[in-house]
Parts: sequence; structure tokens; C-alpha cells
Amino acid sequence: MRAAVIVFPGSNCDRDCKVALERTTGAHVDMVWHQETALPDRLDLVVLPGGFAYGDYLRCGAMAAVSPVMDAVRAAAGRGVAVAGICNGFQVLCEAGMLPGALLRNRDLKYVCKRVELDVVNAQTRFTAAFAGQRTAWMTVGHQEGNYFADSETLDRLEGEGRVVFRYRENPNGSARDIAGIVDETGNVLGLMPHPDRAFESDLGSVDGAMVFQSVLQSALEAA
Amino acid sequence: MSSTFKAMVRVFLKAGVLDVQGKAVEQALHGLGFPGVADVRVGRLIQFEVAAADADEARTQVEAMCRRLLANPVIESFEVEIA
Repeated sequence: MRAAVIVFPGSNCDRDCKVALERTTGAHVDMVWHQETALPDRLDLVVLPGGFAYGDYLRCGAMAAVSPVMDAVRAAAGRGVAVAGICNGFQVLCEAGMLPGALLRNRDLKYVCKRVELDVVNAQTRFTAAFAGQRTAWMTVGHQEGNYFADSETLDRLEGEGRVVFRYRENPNGSARDIAGIVDETGNVLGLMPHPDRAFESDLGSVDGAMVFQSVLQSALEAA
Repeated sequence: MSSTFKAMVRVFLKAGVLDVQGKAVEQALHGLGFPGVADVRVGRLIQFEVAAADADEARTQVEAMCRRLLANPVIESFEVEIA
């Protein structure tokens, strides 16, 4: 499996994602600077990592969403490459219009950093198939703008189409309908606020995040 | 021939979107002894110069900037002033 991690100025989970991918899937991982206009060939996965791209200037993810590399990321998703935005990466994907909705300031105005339990709502996506019969997962959140917002029509459509992939069991940030992660209409693009890259080894307190990366590996093997 | 215009862009969260910053400021103002304060909204003001043939073209350009970057139409509305 081949993966690329996009590095924006202010990304701070880029190396975590690389290590997580290497250890959980054996993937070859390239780091791609945001000024690049092309991605490596034969990719199975592009990760937009957590952090504070462009210092969260203007709005979280807004500047990153218009950086040069994003045209290539959009084109890759269009070709069927899996694209996962974690935390700040989720914000970038929403700002780029690759996922619906937006991430607002947390309901209680606080930066929330803690372990959260999630319902795996849809285990039939290319990002969650490895969860199989496992209905819940522990991961860590660390964000101040993770309060998912979309109009009720969009929320209904997401739920009706099985595109709500993860839900918080105890909502930490005010997210609409407890949404923690969604996929786009093609199923190729995932955005989630919790960090699978902080939950992939028992030393980190949970191994459930590994399942996200291993699901993509499975789908890459099936496609090969 | 182009002239330079001053653009002023005001960005606010849309009416239906909970403005938690506004709520916190409102509570703080109540705490400071201003009980009559209600419906506080915190927005953003962006000003810059823009070169354009005329004010209409400047406005068209700035509105495009708002839709593509300065505001997020999913959650925010914007007002443009050209001078």
C-alpha cells in the first residue's frame, strides 16, 4: 500500500500519521508539502493530518483548502483514491467543499482533549470495514472547533445514505446529531474529528484507530 | 485604466448558527452590570485595497473573494462595502 500525508505549515500530526500508517499497514508513506501540485503515483490513500494549518487564520482549514496541493487531492479522490481528513484535516475537507457542512467552535468554547467512545455507525465503508462486528471504538479528540454543523436537510441526507460513519457516545463539543465522522457521496472521502493516529497501539490506550488504516489496506488489496 | 478602491468586508455567522462567542460575551456583559444586552454576535471585519476599472467591478471581485475564501457560505453571511 502507498500513502501520502499532506504537510501544511502548522500541521502537527503529520509524522504521527506516517508512523501510524507504517506500523499498522506496512504502507510506504510519502510526505507531500502543500505547495506541490502533483501527488506520487499509484496512491491508495491521502491523509490530511491534524494540527493548525496556517495557524487557523481566517477559519480553521480555510487557507489550507485553497493551497496548491488541494486540486491534486480533489482529483485523486475523483479517481477513487481514499482521502482521509483527521481533525484539522476534516476542517480542511469541509472548507474545500469535499465534504458537506462545517466545524464550528465547540459548544462550551473549550479546547477538548480526551478519550472518547464512538459508535461505529457504518462498518461497510472502505475506512471502517475492518471493524466488522465491533460496534464501538475508543479514540482521542483534541480540538476547539469540532462542533459539526450542517442544515437539517443535509443531516437527514447524511443519515439516510449511511454516510454518518462515527458518532460520539457522549457528545464532547455540541456536534449536530453527535456526528464525529462522515464520508462523501462517493465513499472515497472520510472526515473525522477523533484521531485514529493517536489510538493505534496499546501503549496509546487504544488500538481501535488501527482499524481505520487497516480498512483502507483491505480495500487496497481487494482493488489490486 | 484602473482605480484603487477600499473594500470593507463584514462576516457574521448566519442567523441559524449558534454563535458561542457571542453568547459568552453576552454573559460577560450581563456580569459587568449591563443587563439590557441581548443577541450579541461576534463577527469579523476585513479591509483591503483592490484595483478595478470601477466600483461595480471592484464589488464583483470582492464578492467572489468572499464566496471563495473570506466567508464560508455554509455558516456565514457577508456584507461588502466599496469606497
